[in-house]
Amino acid sequence: MSILVGKDTRLLVQGITGREGSFHTEQMIDYGTNVVAGTSPGKGGGWAVGNVPVFDTVAEAVQATGANTSIIYVPARGAPDAILEAADAGVDLIICITEGIPALDMLRVRAHLDGSKSRLIGPNCPGLITPGEAKVGIMPGYIHTRGKVGLVSRSGTLTYEVVYALTLRGIGQSTAVGIGGDPINGTSFVDVLRMFEQDPETRQVVMIGEIGGTDEEQAAAFIGSQMTKPVTAFIAGQTAPPGKRMGHAGAIISGGKGTAADKISALQAAGVRVARHPGEIAEMVGELL
Amino acid sequence: MKLQEFQAKRIFGQYKIPVPQGEVAETPEEARDIAKRLGGPVVVKSQVLVGGRGKAGGIKLARTPDEAEQVAARILGMDIKGLTVRKVLIDPAADIKTELYLGMVLDRARRRVVVMASSAGGMDIEEVAATTPEKIITVAVDPCLGLREYQARNIGVNIGLPRELLGKFAQICQGLYNCYMETDASLAEINPLAILGDGALMALDGKIVLDDSALFRHPDLAAMRDEDEETPEEREARLNGLSYVKLDGQIGCMVNGAGLAMATMDIIKLYGGEPANFLDVGGGAKADKVAAALRIILSDPNVKAVMFNIFGGITRGDEVAHGILQALDEVKTDVPMVVRLVGTNAEEGRAILASAKMATAETLAEAAEKAVAAARAEGRAA
Repeated sequence: MSILVGKDTRLLVQGITGREGSFHTEQMIDYGTNVVAGTSPGKGGGWAVGNVPVFDTVAEAVQATGANTSIIYVPARGAPDAILEAADAGVDLIICITEGIPALDMLRVRAHLDGSKSRLIGPNCPGLITPGEAKVGIMPGYIHTRGKVGLVSRSGTLTYEVVYALTLRGIGQSTAVGIGGDPINGTSFVDVLRMFEQDPETRQVVMIGEIGGTDEEQAAAFIGSQMTKPVTAFIAGQTAPPGKRMGHAGAIISGGKGTAADKISALQAAGVRVARHPGEIAEMVGELL
Repeated sequence: MKLQEFQAKRIFGQYKIPVPQGEVAETPEEARDIAKRLGGPVVVKSQVLVGGRGKAGGIKLARTPDEAEQVAARILGMDIKGLTVRKVLIDPAADIKTELYLGMVLDRARRRVVVMASSAGGMDIEEVAATTPEKIITVAVDPCLGLREYQARNIGVNIGLPRELLGKFAQICQGLYNCYMETDASLAEINPLAILGDGALMALDGKIVLDDSALFRHPDLAAMRDEDEETPEEREARLNGLSYVKLDGQIGCMVNGAGLAMATMDIIKLYGGEPANFLDVGGGAKADKVAAALRIILSDPNVKAVMFNIFGGITRGDEVAHGILQALDEVKTDVPMVVRLVGTNAEEGRAILASAKMATAETLAEAAEKAVAAARAEGRAA
């Protein structure tokens, strides 16, 4: 087992003929991901990245190939539409890599998704990977190794940093999920923590948060009341000044809320061990094995 | 991106929100002419993008055109929290009876735009929220339905507005909501929304913060950017697609990825140093972008050491290494540098840098330790 993606994933790539889309499709296929289709409006009927069939619409692609998961490499202007198209075609899991989608677009998209059966991961995220089974994202595959630690993170490269440190210590991962750095996203920490809690393969969880919002505080409340598996956390942005956006649209301390200190104390109160720097996470996880 | 008060009020006016008929002056003489045209007493208001303008002496009443000229002469060129005043707004003075607050913001946890209103207007709303939260009324708006008139009326009743103002207040609320949605704002605020002596409602101050990600579909709003409000470094960073925030420390950092960049700042602090900046070069950074980033970091005279932390995924280590060398060709510097490259093409990158006599590190902790030590040594030498 593992969560969200694995051997049963039948992946559709939206925006497969673009620069990013084609590059990462090749990487995903090389990793062993089952990429069954791509879409690119106007280019339907052709092939991309070797032998992946290309369709004009998601609905056609799903009907022809039985795709159950979609990854979106469409630029920010078209990405909200791409998410809605996938949801309306009945795709179960939608991963949106795209950075820079206007927040009010995501507000409307998320409101629509709340009434559908599709789950969205992202946007502005690296995607997710179940090592050895499926890589659905832009992360470097080789740093991962299969094992029993679940990871969930708002960040991209910081997740790679932690995964790599775990792998170097011989500690494998069940699934690593990047939920993205935007203020409005599809899947929260709590959503992923609940899945890890229920996944028999996952024995412990690493959560990587950052300043801004209250997603980590909600996660702390969930961990304290409903999780039995140990959680180790790191919160980035302990030195960030208030009122300044730290790259991610969601990473800003505003109105005195969303500080690293608040998040760390909420997590510690819920029994979570909080690392002082990324390297310490792997040490702490290792102690629990 | 923040808009100036005069810009925000002009936009409010397009949404039928009553605003004073003021004008902007860049010289004391213009201020005098405007005051003369308006007739009667005026308020001279500095246009800078920081809070606390009034307390800093940047907002003054003037009874006559002569006085407006004198006051404008004092305010223009004034330094308010590090920003030089280059424009003043001359508004007709209002006969204020009561000050209200009305604002809208995106509530992430609820995933809704939230309307906030308070009878305690004129003050810093964060202070009201901290000391008397019961004085703030909030209503979440369904994005499919928009702000309904009854919701706006309810807000009016709950902040204790007199019955005869409810209709007008609801219109202002809906106007501000439409303004928020149509401009892709992340904050829109009227503080104060004044009840005047004659019973009318008027937006005496205005604040709009726009969502940078949505500026591509608002070229008219993007053109309102006040370049005086940006430092040359911030400007260069923006034009090169870099996320850069200047801080007060001595160790410059260049990192790929926002989360990793924050974690890098944190670990520098953990090892006893202070970061000079946040800088995310983004994914897939090519040599040119890396060079621009290094120029920006080195333009800060406080920087005593530079730390690179690149975890290659889409970003390639050899590209980054070429960028560093390219920048060092352009900017001659003695500032010590510590480079940590991991991931895609990291070995090729390290080989390229070996020729440039740069300190390298394997782990993030080791890189931070070396950068802090280098900055200390440099500080002593200076």
